[in-house]
Amino acid sequence: MELILVNIIDGLVTGLLLFMLSAGLTLIFSMMGVLNFAHASFYMLGAYFAYQISVALGFWMGLLLAPLIVGVLGAGVERYGLRRVHQYGHVPELIFTFGLALLIEELVQFLWGKNQMPYDVPEVLNFTAFAIAGNSIPAYKIFMIFISISIFIGLLYVLTKTRVGMIIQAALSYPRTVESLGHNVPLIFMGVFGVGTALAGVAGVIAGPVLGTFPGMAFVLGSIVFVTIVIGGLGSLWGALVASLLIGWITTFAKSYNILMSDILNGIGISTPENMSENIFRDLWSITSPQIADILPYILMVLILIFRPAGLFGKRES
Amino acid sequence: MTDQITTDPSRPAERMRAGSLSLTVGPWIIAALALLVMPFIFTSNSALTIMNQMWITVIFALAYNMLLGQGGMLSFGHAVYMGLGGFFCMHLMNYIEDYGLAFPLPLLPLFGGLFGMGFAMLIGSFSTSGAGTRFAMISLGVGELIAACSVIIVAFFGGEEGISGDRTYGLPFFGVEFLKQIEVYYLISFWLMLSALLMYLFSRTPVGRMANAVRDNPERAQFLGYSARWVRFYSFCASGFFCGIAGGLFAISYEILTEENLNAASSGVILLVTFLGGVGFFFGPIIGAIAFTLLQTVLGLQTELWAIYVGALFLATVMFFPGGLAGLMMMHVPAYKLGKAGGLVVPYIKTLVPAAIGILGICALIEMIFHYRHGATGDTEMTLFWTTFDSHSILPWIIAAAVALFGIGIARATAPAMKEAWDEANTPGGAS
Repeated sequence: MELILVNIIDGLVTGLLLFMLSAGLTLIFSMMGVLNFAHASFYMLGAYFAYQISVALGFWMGLLLAPLIVGVLGAGVERYGLRRVHQYGHVPELIFTFGLALLIEELVQFLWGKNQMPYDVPEVLNFTAFAIAGNSIPAYKIFMIFISISIFIGLLYVLTKTRVGMIIQAALSYPRTVESLGHNVPLIFMGVFGVGTALAGVAGVIAGPVLGTFPGMAFVLGSIVFVTIVIGGLGSLWGALVASLLIGWITTFAKSYNILMSDILNGIGISTPENMSENIFRDLWSITSPQIADILPYILMVLILIFRPAGLFGKRES
Repeated sequence: MTDQITTDPSRPAERMRAGSLSLTVGPWIIAALALLVMPFIFTSNSALTIMNQMWITVIFALAYNMLLGQGGMLSFGHAVYMGLGGFFCMHLMNYIEDYGLAFPLPLLPLFGGLFGMGFAMLIGSFSTSGAGTRFAMISLGVGELIAACSVIIVAFFGGEEGISGDRTYGLPFFGVEFLKQIEVYYLISFWLMLSALLMYLFSRTPVGRMANAVRDNPERAQFLGYSARWVRFYSFCASGFFCGIAGGLFAISYEILTEENLNAASSGVILLVTFLGGVGFFFGPIIGAIAFTLLQTVLGLQTELWAIYVGALFLATVMFFPGGLAGLMMMHVPAYKLGKAGGLVVPYIKTLVPAAIGILGICALIEMIFHYRHGATGDTEMTLFWTTFDSHSILPWIIAAAVALFGIGIARATAPAMKEAWDEANTPGGAS
């Protein structure tokens, strides 16, 4: 029972981290209709900038400044890159963001090298918040949950309650109409892109010390983020939240409980074959749940795309 | 459905022009002769290896372009079909060796192709119901899935060290045992010609033409009575077949296959290759594969940073020349037909040579920054463009920056004249 509680907290941390990335990505998708492959690269840039700033000015300035820099970079990419490619159609846009992701990874290696950066949890937060039956929960995890939830509430408030949020929502559905009402729609798009990438930057800043700051970090998380928003339904913010938490919990639980495939197969009435080394399905029998934890999201995504192509909460025909 | 490359007939560089060319025998004969003669010009073993890699990439890129260029489907996991074909061939090769079967090695890629097609049929049955983002996402998911499985399912993929075999244990084929690199080269060349021809002919069949129609406007194609889904499915399976052939050739050439042949990085590379070459023309991927392999091997020998340059080149291509290298070449056809292409030479030299020098200057700066940041402590000497200097003194930096600024500056100053010459060369009539 206590282990379940610990896993719920761990899964919540992973899920909320995913949500910070997928929220920006899904906003950008519903705005431009294009998946930003470089989104996780901005997350990586956030971590690296925060590390560089934290060396000089400390963790908290990093948390404040790095997302701002990332957001400005993102807005620049939209203004000078994507807007130009937009005229060629959606597929070149996807390819552009893909190329950008490659280039950012190379640039990060160019500037900071291939090794992991010594970017650590700040001293203030480096203590055990509380313990559940002997399993200590670090304060930093609580801090991560706190930051993610406050960002989610802030985002929800801005999008649904403020005038700016109303205009953004309107611009997402009917850009032409909003434009003819006198609003600067390209500016709104650039702003949303900037805010989305800045959110990814925040995620990078707070995840860097825990998950490690290294050139492959974008790639590790990147494809999972796409999976998340596809499962949640492209363009749906609530879907992104639900799918992020779902994936966070599924992977955490699969990793901590060692469920054996042979037990499952025996359970449904298939007996273990006699000579295992000769059997071509021998690898199927030896599969354990921690082993496949990382590919469970992909399996889930393929299943969702087959049976419910719009995703869990998706409305629009993709 | 807007997730398609929509073609604009007024921009020849973007237009799929297969229709305006009838099957001329000329280029094919020249290509076949070139393939035959190449080993006599570049005789070294490393050159043969590079060429083998190049031709395999050509087949793969052409197969990929059946989807991207001709069918408008963007796949992020296409290395899977090539990799699976290769793995299957490797197992077949080991099986032949173990049981001493009478099976000629040159036929092996065919079975790789059939396996690739079988897997493509399986995945295509649900992934081709839509193009655009949905298709791209499914391909990404399946790609990641298979790449992850390759570590789990050890019986087929051989885990992290992959599986290897020996091509020479099979039955000699008319006395050829494929011991020597040159024999493998001709085997690959044969399959290259055959697959390229078949892929070209596929693009001229009604299915191939309908793939273009579905790419441009699926709704309209459906009103004509064609199922967009099935047309996509056929293209997808055909593409899987040729990817499998490329995989089989890879297995024969390298005699080892690992997880690297399946993963997302390989899928990304083939997208890069194809787009760099140009998706709008049949021969685009061929140019792309040759250019990329040369960049990879030649540039890779010169500098550690080749991936940055290739990435920057790729982004520049997407942003400024969506037609790729092939599109860039074909842009000049109208001017050539008007007999005015000669007038472009001088303005081109005036702009492009300074631009190239400026870019080299920027590259020098990048290399120096890299050396400054990552060179071993105390090691301040670096060699660049055949000159050795101290990267920690200020003079080389000034020189490189000056070269970059002057080069780009001159290019910018002469660019309007080039544009004028371009407009003039593309206007019919007047003095030529």
